[in-house]
Amino acid sequence: MDFKNGAELLALCEKHQCPISEIMRQREAELSETTPDDIETRMKKAWAIMQESALTPISSPRKSIGGLIGGEARLLSEHRNSGAAICGNVLSRAITYACAVLEVNTSMGLIVAAPTAGSSGIVPGLLLALREEYHIADEKIIDALFNAGAVGYLAMRNATVAGAVGGCQAETGVAAAMAASAAVELMGGSPEQCLFAASTVLMNMLGLVCDPVGGLVECPCQARNAAGAANALTAAEMALSGIRQIIPFDEMLAAMYSVGKRMPSELRETALGGCAATPSGCNFSCK
Amino acid sequence: MAFISVFDVLGPNMIGPSSSHTAGACSIAYLAQKMAPGPIASAEFTLYGSFARTYQGHGTDRALLGGIMGFATDDRRIPDSFSIAREKGLSYHFSVNREEDEIHPNTADIRMTTTDGKTLTVRGESLGGGKVRITRINQVDVDFSGEYSTLIVIHYDKPGVVAHITKCLSEKNVNIAFMKLFREAKGQTAYSIVESDGRLPEDIPGYIQKNPYVRDVMLVQT
Repeated sequence: MDFKNGAELLALCEKHQCPISEIMRQREAELSETTPDDIETRMKKAWAIMQESALTPISSPRKSIGGLIGGEARLLSEHRNSGAAICGNVLSRAITYACAVLEVNTSMGLIVAAPTAGSSGIVPGLLLALREEYHIADEKIIDALFNAGAVGYLAMRNATVAGAVGGCQAETGVAAAMAASAAVELMGGSPEQCLFAASTVLMNMLGLVCDPVGGLVECPCQARNAAGAANALTAAEMALSGIRQIIPFDEMLAAMYSVGKRMPSELRETALGGCAATPSGCNFSCK
Repeated sequence: MAFISVFDVLGPNMIGPSSSHTAGACSIAYLAQKMAPGPIASAEFTLYGSFARTYQGHGTDRALLGGIMGFATDDRRIPDSFSIAREKGLSYHFSVNREEDEIHPNTADIRMTTTDGKTLTVRGESLGGGKVRITRINQVDVDFSGEYSTLIVIHYDKPGVVAHITKCLSEKNVNIAFMKLFREAKGQTAYSIVESDGRLPEDIPGYIQKNPYVRDVMLVQT
């Protein structure tokens, strides 16, 4: 069982009357020639690492290697716990955890690239926030991760997830599309609604450039992970409300790739443009 | 097109901050140490391109050193590589080459010296997302990823050597996924590289070495 694009994926879901996660599981078992048990064990391990990286910095903040970030997750957590959060518990938690994973990543801690290290906070951030707010069982979260994997696989296959090739839209944009689709399945949406949400994210994050200050995976990467989680949540809410997306996921993915390739190289991870080229950003350039 | 696994999307599990500059660097060195002709006493790293410019901010140096000590990309000891190497008595040196620009931007050369004085130099490129390939062994350009179990045969460029290698593999019932031949120049040192699905038999180097033109055999298992 395999699919090359979102349309084929939806057709398979329709034919087998099952969610995206189930198609992705079967594809993995068939094509990787491993057992469903091994695949399940591996995904559970990934989820365990994701949770640890999303929670540890709240109690033990660490400064990044480059020194540009550290401690943001604790501040966000304290702000929410004091009752002052203005964006509600799900989003407040999601951005806290997304920032936390980036703190772990930039201090040489253990993370799961999702799909990249620089965008590794969005999928675990949103899924953990939903799990905690709605008391969802871990098995359902594992399903959601397979769903996220399906969207990420299509982006890797048909476009790119490398900031150096397609800008930040390809990294945090794809990560947020993955998280949005996963959240829709997790909260009871249909496969079609999953890809509506993923498509909406790509639309809303289209054109985002990759401009790391000092060439480090710190600023603006951490804040972009938080914003990616917010974008994912917004798109998932719209899809779950029954709002249809007029541009299919496959077409938005192609548009994202096309926009990415047209970006000047200064805006694709070279640290020569955008935030990196501001006077303050230049102060942190690599010596 | 190669199979993209769900764990290529949600993965690798890795020590941050960068899949190319940290995890990829670790993987290059991890493959290199598997090829070393004995226990490693010292390692000299030369970094090129983006590695040379940004290695400290990405922990590339610690990841390379960790890989040489056999740490995988998700090994939590990577941040402490320097102190662990000192405890083990492994000497290391890093240098950067910013002049060479006709080269993949994330490239490292690793010169390893074993405890009994043998040396091996391996060049690796980090391709993004934690993917890597080995592109040079000593002075010979090669190409393999380490994603498959790999057999590297160093031999003289003489007729019959490749037939001997494939005969050994066939007798051991090994299914070849990819096979490539590289050489320095006509009649000189050649490298045959065989990538296989699943593990290769551990005793295969002994059989291959029976051919008088075979100089050395390395086995890099997945």
